[in-house]
Amino acid sequence: MASLTLENIKKSFGAVDVIPGVDLKIDDGEFVVFVGPSGCGKSTLLRLIAGLEDVTDGDIRIDADSVAHTPAADRGVAMVFQSYALYPHMTVRENLSFGLENIRMAKPEISRRVSEAARLLQIEQLLERRPKQLSGGQRQRVAIGRAITRDPKIFLFDEPLSNLDAELRVLMRVEITKLHERLGNTMIYVTHDQIEAMTMADKIVVLRKGVIEQVGAPLELYNHPKNLFVAGFIGSPRMNFVEGRIDAVGEGAVTFAADGLPPLVLEGAIEGANIGAAVTLGVRPEDFLVTDKGWPATVSVAEQYGASSYLHCALPGDRPVLIHEPGQSKAGRGDVIHVAPPAGRWHLFDADGLALRKA
Amino acid sequence: MTEASMSKTDMSISDFLTRRRRRGRFGWTDGLTYAYLLLGLVVMFAPVLWVVISSLKTPANLAEFPPTLLPYSSETVVVEGFDQPLALFDVVGEDGETRRLAQIRRVGIQAQMIDPADPEAGRVLVPVETATPVRRVYLAFENYTNLLASSGNDLWRYVFNSLFITVVATLITLVMNSMAAFALSKYRFRGSNVALVSILATLMIPATVVLVPTYMIVAQLGLVGNLWGVILPTVATPTGVFLLRQYMLTIPDELVEAARMDHASEWRIFWKIILPLSSPALAVVAIFSILSRWNDFLLPLVVLTRRESYTLQLALASFQTEYGIRYEILLAMTTLTALPLACAFIFLQRYITTGIASTGIK
Repeated sequence: MASLTLENIKKSFGAVDVIPGVDLKIDDGEFVVFVGPSGCGKSTLLRLIAGLEDVTDGDIRIDADSVAHTPAADRGVAMVFQSYALYPHMTVRENLSFGLENIRMAKPEISRRVSEAARLLQIEQLLERRPKQLSGGQRQRVAIGRAITRDPKIFLFDEPLSNLDAELRVLMRVEITKLHERLGNTMIYVTHDQIEAMTMADKIVVLRKGVIEQVGAPLELYNHPKNLFVAGFIGSPRMNFVEGRIDAVGEGAVTFAADGLPPLVLEGAIEGANIGAAVTLGVRPEDFLVTDKGWPATVSVAEQYGASSYLHCALPGDRPVLIHEPGQSKAGRGDVIHVAPPAGRWHLFDADGLALRKA
Repeated sequence: MTEASMSKTDMSISDFLTRRRRRGRFGWTDGLTYAYLLLGLVVMFAPVLWVVISSLKTPANLAEFPPTLLPYSSETVVVEGFDQPLALFDVVGEDGETRRLAQIRRVGIQAQMIDPADPEAGRVLVPVETATPVRRVYLAFENYTNLLASSGNDLWRYVFNSLFITVVATLITLVMNSMAAFALSKYRFRGSNVALVSILATLMIPATVVLVPTYMIVAQLGLVGNLWGVILPTVATPTGVFLLRQYMLTIPDELVEAARMDHASEWRIFWKIILPLSSPALAVVAIFSILSRWNDFLLPLVVLTRRESYTLQLALASFQTEYGIRYEILLAMTTLTALPLACAFIFLQRYITTGIASTGIK
């Protein structure tokens, strides 16, 4: 168990700066998820921590020890690869014990650790099989088991669930969360799936182009995104954005206007609101409530999920918005409904994409 | 692997031999395919078969023109009063009746014959064109026993030399080539492409061009007449390196990285991960190496100057001068020489098709 500190980590491949400089502190026992669109550098960051890539500049510290130039095997981290990377010519037992044999651990200790990991992951009956005789979920367990037997300070997961089908993914998500609770190790998990990030993480790190956009607990990111990117990335379906300007600032309210739309009074005060400033309004689908006033939205498709409904609508000026209505909506194609966000359930972003802080 | 290949081999031989593109219909493409395959079979297999059949013919049968397909030998009979067995002929008499006579000797277009059932009747003169030899299919295995008897221990020495060169050189070739291929496929280093290209470029230099320089190096090392003088010059083969490298590129890097995180040394990664997973490619390289080493003639001819160090191929060539040309023995030895290769191929060919690495990872 250990804490991890990244100090101004830089990585470039030739002339390309993949990671221009990252500072991050991960506490002992935390479950941290790196999330971001593909190509954002999250896997590279993980490989830097693992020691599979050399840092161009900066320092990595596990507890107090600098490991930036320590070989991967000696860092005390274990990694679960996206493709699982099980040795295809070895049985599950040999896969689990290979790393321990390499450090010349005593045979009884190896078999004790292997059977303990196998019991923990319920793969005892698979020990004599080869990877190709296992299903995707079983391979996943073996890959995690291989990490567990080494008793690492930090677990690294590189998109471990991306090769599983949707149903199994949900199951394994829960299992990895339980495993974390049981083992209590620090775990770093990379994914492009924000649902995995939201459901598993103690702390989410949102990355874009090698830069950390925001770090925080899942709901903090959901409720208080720092900028347009995080607002759009976290949450599914994604937040609706409408570009416009601030028309008036009143007592505890802001009036938002956009071309072709009636002015909308947003209840709740924000800091540094300048009249006439170009802003983007962000409202999550569940925060657009159907009222008798507000913006007129024309329903183009109504998706009934049974417990809830999603209305794909268009605001005047052909601006698409998605509205989530609890229960079964009565609106049908072509209907015009009026929608507005309730007090405080909206976000304003300035021209640079940064969120305007609520007062 | 096993289940998949089992289900494939479940097909019966008759099903296999009558496979066609579309179920049930025999189209012209099927005809063309089978004709082409048959042509290939004949072109490849007929010479081998001819050698094997010919090695079982008697010298007289071999010298015949036109040649016979099957090995025949003349029936002979021992007749009282003659030391040698006499050849039997079917003779059509003037009355149109066929009689079986033994030939004593032939004089021009006449032959002196005798009736083996009734030698007392005395010799008969028979025109040659009315007599056809009585023959039966006869496999002359004595070609082989004569070969073994006449060459004695020398033959086993040649076999040992050939085997030693083939086995040792193939083992060294596999190790050297796979190490080079591992470095060229799994390490990123400056100049790796230059190294690969220069290795491949040596393919463009014909072996005969470097024969003399090779000999001079071997001579400098004092290895002339020594089996190692044949083994060492060609242990690293560009085709082997290239083939293994291409195969190793298909082994996921993540396996190597996982092994590295598992505290495996680079040598252990090579030995325990890369080599077992490359076994299909290794089998191919082994087959190539065995074929070329066993059949190699030029380098052994130049380097191996003493009779004790001869390989089978050299011995085969030297037979032509030693015995005049005794084709029946030459053919028997050729067959024996080719036999180990056939065995090696049959044993190794199933390794080629089974790729382990491709089935292990999702």
